[in-house]
Amino acid sequence: MSNLAVSHIARNGGGARVDLVLVAEMVERGARVLDVGCGDGELLRLLAESRGVDGRGIELSREGVNECVAKGLAVIQGDADTDLADYPDDAFDYVILSQTLQATRHPRTVLEHMLRIGRRAIVSFPNFGHWRVRLQLLFAGHMPRTNILPFSWYDTPNIHHCTIKDFRQLCSEIAVEMEKAVALNAWGSPLRLNAPWWFWNLFGEQAVFLLSRKD
Amino acid sequence: MVDVQPLKSETVPGDERGREADAPRDSLVVRFGADKPLKLDAGVELTPFQIAYKTYGTLNAARSNAILVCHALTGDQHVASEHPVTGKGGWWETMVGPGKPIDTERYFVICPNVVGACMGTSGPSSTNAASGKPWGLEFPVITIRDMVRAQAMLLDHLGIDTLFSVAGGSMGGMQVLQWAASYPQRVFSALPIACATRHSAQNIAFHEVGRQAIMADPEWRGGRYLLEDTNPRRGLAVARMGAHITYLSDAALHRKFGRKFQDRENPTFSFDADFEVESYLRHQGISFVERFDANSYLYLTRAMDYFDLAADYVGLVANAFRNSPTRFCIISFTSDWLFPTAESREIVHALNAAGARVSFAEIVTDKGHDAFLLEEPELFAIVRGFLDGAGKARGLNGASAR
Repeated sequence: MSNLAVSHIARNGGGARVDLVLVAEMVERGARVLDVGCGDGELLRLLAESRGVDGRGIELSREGVNECVAKGLAVIQGDADTDLADYPDDAFDYVILSQTLQATRHPRTVLEHMLRIGRRAIVSFPNFGHWRVRLQLLFAGHMPRTNILPFSWYDTPNIHHCTIKDFRQLCSEIAVEMEKAVALNAWGSPLRLNAPWWFWNLFGEQAVFLLSRKD
Repeated sequence: MVDVQPLKSETVPGDERGREADAPRDSLVVRFGADKPLKLDAGVELTPFQIAYKTYGTLNAARSNAILVCHALTGDQHVASEHPVTGKGGWWETMVGPGKPIDTERYFVICPNVVGACMGTSGPSSTNAASGKPWGLEFPVITIRDMVRAQAMLLDHLGIDTLFSVAGGSMGGMQVLQWAASYPQRVFSALPIACATRHSAQNIAFHEVGRQAIMADPEWRGGRYLLEDTNPRRGLAVARMGAHITYLSDAALHRKFGRKFQDRENPTFSFDADFEVESYLRHQGISFVERFDANSYLYLTRAMDYFDLAADYVGLVANAFRNSPTRFCIISFTSDWLFPTAESREIVHALNAAGARVSFAEIVTDKGHDAFLLEEPELFAIVRGFLDGAGKARGLNGASAR
């Protein structure tokens, strides 16, 4: 799924997307992982190679699925909004939603399912509160388009944009524990850890959250 | 393109037709005596019985590279080599062979003829040892599970404990699912293609039309045609013609034939095969009866009709795959209306609910159900990739890092 222009997301020295590396670092070695919206399987492959995980994927686009399966990845064609309900409770250690939250019809339901199926959830998304986005709407007066969100308002797959602040709000509403959060700037570097949330919400281009159930 | 041939009824002597069933050419045969009966779902035992099979490639020292290929309704063991009756190439040469996705340079491929068929494994045209005459309808009704049970006995005989993979399309795919359900520890990976966990009412209905066509042929003689030296060719050909339509799609028929006339400019105002599509179907019917037994067609269609995994596992397909260690790759085709994608998706949902490791791909094609037998590059890439990935996990040498 090309919810974002992922080619514009910064890559590290090894050629891996920084946001994916960040996600991978949050996953314990050998864990069972479900990647929801796994695209062409780059994260699943990274997880298998760097963390030795037992990974599965769901992907909406047929091209993505067939590419993944041809790479030997365990990926099925499916929709985050409808197909997560089929998975049993506690089937995975981690359920990952990488750059896909904003393209789901019911982000809250998806998040709830993720934390039912997995003990932990990792969610990454583009921050719609980033200053560049804000400035476009404020001064140019049109729906924001950025390097990683290049779509016009009428053909975007991204129907539920949110800011870091919005996402934290949702997490508190559905009683989710935030174990870890990282915001990346436009160059893919993490923002200062001790920076206040308003700073992250303004200067973070993307955010990655590690969540768990509040038992 | 296709020859125009009337549906002629040419008699081949019964004993000649029975020969392939008892002593198949270009095949290996294993005979199971009274000490090893085949226990059938029908509640009876089949004994003695035999399995005809072919192998390709070499079994490695660890005996870990064996792939079982399960054939479809009208297939046989000649998956990747010349068919002894028709002289044509193997039915899955696009998929199986040196350098092919199921690579016989890396894997040891076993393809048995199923129980109930007519190419050397015991079936209704085989000789009943008790009477010395062809079984005919005395042959017990068999199921997909019976076919798989017999195949497991073949593997025991070959000394192969665990299969690296089991692959097949259509009725072959049903056998794959049954293998994974019956012998999960013996199946490392499974490739059920264009199939379902149960035969739909529509498919049972089509099969019934085919069976009625055979039984309505006066030469069928209540199934005793081999004894009475007749052959229900017309009935079997009509059954094949009807079934063949279900293997294609409206779009494929339109693309191949449209409303084109066969070797003529204008309609003849008769019931001759004016249209190319008629001529093609007649050809399909006639060439089929050369190599297939009418009673086998009754038995094998029945086995598919009876297939219902959920019914065997307390109403829930997922129960069949609980704690399954098998890696699955399910494949369907967009224009397959015999086993539509929705039925493959049901398999996927059941496997997910059972926590099994599953891949699922739907391939865009207008070729209908038959697509699994045809030139479909995406199918080949997916099968190759899936087997490569499974090969790495299995520690098979030569699994190329792609």
